[in-house]
Amino acid sequence: MSFTTKFLGATAALALTAGAAWADGPAIIYDLGGKFDKSFNESAYNGAQRWAEETGEEFAEFEITSDAQREQAIRRFAEAGNNPIVMAGFSWGTPLEAAAADYPDTNFVIIDAAVDAPNIRSVVFNEHEGSYLVGMLAAAASETDTVSFVGGMDIPLIRKFGCGYAQGVKAVNPDATVISNMTGTTPSAWNDPVKGSELTLSQISQGSDVVFAAAGGTGIGVLQTAADEGILSIGVDSNQNYLHSGQVLTSMVKRVDNAVYDAFAAGENVEVGLNVMGVENEGVAYSLDEHNEELITDEMKAMVEEASAQMASGELEVHDYMSDETCPAIDF
Amino acid sequence: MDAMPKWADVVLVPVVSLLLAAIISIIVFVAVGQDPWEALKLMSYGAVGTSDNLGYTLFYMTNFIFTGLAVAVAFHAALFNIGGEGQVLLGGLGATLAVLFVPWPHWTLALLAGSVAAALFGALWVAIPAYLQARRGSHIVITTIMFNFMASGLLIFMLAGPLKPVGEMQIATAVFPETVHLPSLHDIAQLFGLDTFGRSPVNISIFLALGACVGVWALIWHTRLGYQIRAFGQSESAARYAGISAVNITMIALLISGALAGMMAVNNTMGINNPQLVDNAAGGAGFIGIAVALMGRNHPVGIVIAALLFGALFQGGAELSAATQIPVQIVVVIQALVIMFTGALDEMVRSPIQKMFLRYGNKGVGAPAAVLPEGEE
Repeated sequence: MSFTTKFLGATAALALTAGAAWADGPAIIYDLGGKFDKSFNESAYNGAQRWAEETGEEFAEFEITSDAQREQAIRRFAEAGNNPIVMAGFSWGTPLEAAAADYPDTNFVIIDAAVDAPNIRSVVFNEHEGSYLVGMLAAAASETDTVSFVGGMDIPLIRKFGCGYAQGVKAVNPDATVISNMTGTTPSAWNDPVKGSELTLSQISQGSDVVFAAAGGTGIGVLQTAADEGILSIGVDSNQNYLHSGQVLTSMVKRVDNAVYDAFAAGENVEVGLNVMGVENEGVAYSLDEHNEELITDEMKAMVEEASAQMASGELEVHDYMSDETCPAIDF
Repeated sequence: MDAMPKWADVVLVPVVSLLLAAIISIIVFVAVGQDPWEALKLMSYGAVGTSDNLGYTLFYMTNFIFTGLAVAVAFHAALFNIGGEGQVLLGGLGATLAVLFVPWPHWTLALLAGSVAAALFGALWVAIPAYLQARRGSHIVITTIMFNFMASGLLIFMLAGPLKPVGEMQIATAVFPETVHLPSLHDIAQLFGLDTFGRSPVNISIFLALGACVGVWALIWHTRLGYQIRAFGQSESAARYAGISAVNITMIALLISGALAGMMAVNNTMGINNPQLVDNAAGGAGFIGIAVALMGRNHPVGIVIAALLFGALFQGGAELSAATQIPVQIVVVIQALVIMFTGALDEMVRSPIQKMFLRYGNKGVGAPAAVLPEGEE
């Protein structure tokens, strides 16, 4: 058909003139859910953006629209000469493992999964430690001695959040009740604020007055309902205190932004291997800002600071659900 | 039918549709502050600029050929199968079950088993809507699109449950064993001493797709069944009068359609570098097949060309969003514009052109033009 052959001819000719389009700076690839998810991906974006603002340099970025694009996205940046290439999310593990060996001179950074290869830096977070701290705050703030947890998709990583949270609650108040609900068992559970809202209402009817959401976009519904019903909530990943000022007790911040920032700042010579970000190196923390300073009393602050110090020194060890898939403080 | 010469049908209408899509795309690019000419250059480079990029374009083309053929076969029987998306997912499930749990000694056997299982699962998935259409008069458009949702739910259930390897958090099956990996075109080219297509996933199933084109062409235009399908599609009452069973033709045309859609899984599940079944494996190819079939005028040659165009659009779009600051959503809008104009709004372009030919047309021009749109140049 003539028009298509002409189209192809024209594109081939154009191809010769294009090509100066890429830079060789760092690159970041976001997970499904998109760059502005107010949570995990957005935190990664913020880290990259902070680096760009401080250095005045540019970075390449890509939002995948389906799982099928993962490997292509990795290879595309590796072939364009971007280095290092950062990807956010455990789902990158399998495609990265396959692709990384073909680009020995490129360094890759994967967040939330451990992939063992000579040119990969794996950043994992001690979410159980940060969740423990916010669990302590929840127990201290609760008046009904009942607190709750809303997870996103029921995977070991989310149970790790819930398990740390329950341990923190029990450490402060051994008699407290911790209600736990997962939004679902499929990826849609990450973005179902309506279901998050329903679960929160159900937990409130069971007496909960502090709810911790570790559920991506679903958490927006949890925080909204908690604010509407006049109970406290706890945000996750990014600092979400500002979403409902004075009604969000704190947020379990996971410094994905720092992980991205550090990788970008280190540049091509980013250190490879396993990198664990915990309370000790401020990879996870509870957030304190002008939106929640009235909710966190000095006693509460002193309590969590002490626990943080004990975690850093190794005196206090929080059980990691993913180490043996059991939890001493709660049944899922 | 006689109002328009053949060349206008196969060339003019798609070109006008593409031009309309291009004009709106230019407006969109200007609105987001992007130079349209620069964007076109980037997309072209992304689609065919390197042999690696071309490989990705051909990979997507292979997907679209299967779903385009699937839609076309049903169209010939005047049936609108918009369940390609779900049939692809089920095909993926079939192929996965066939190759993941049976220790095939060689990829050739795995290819055979995987293709058969994919086709079978795709056909089975459309069998219920087909039966409901043939026997109970439930509209195929409604039932097949409903079945897409069920397919997606079933797939996620399988991937999050029985098929998920222990300890994995990703919603996907295990990677298929090394022995059943299909050779990529890169591997094949190396046999001839060529180093092309890099690490792009275009693989041997592109030949399966082209073979399917020949098969569909032979079936529709050179067999009794094909004649019956076309007769049924042109006029159901005339076909009945001629003794053609409406139930049989509806069932057969749709089963073939579902099988073709299911076979796309051979490419996108078994054929990729890291073969595994992932969530949302179809990636919209089932719907793009509708636009491909419409633009390709339901003829295999047209479908290959339209599939190539859409493959280029897809691959070029990925490059565009990776190389610029254009949000990925805008790239999806551009792709959707082309699909909408060539697919859904086909009639909008067609009827004015048809009227134009009716008014000013020269009766001699369109007479016995060949079915094949070749030899235009």
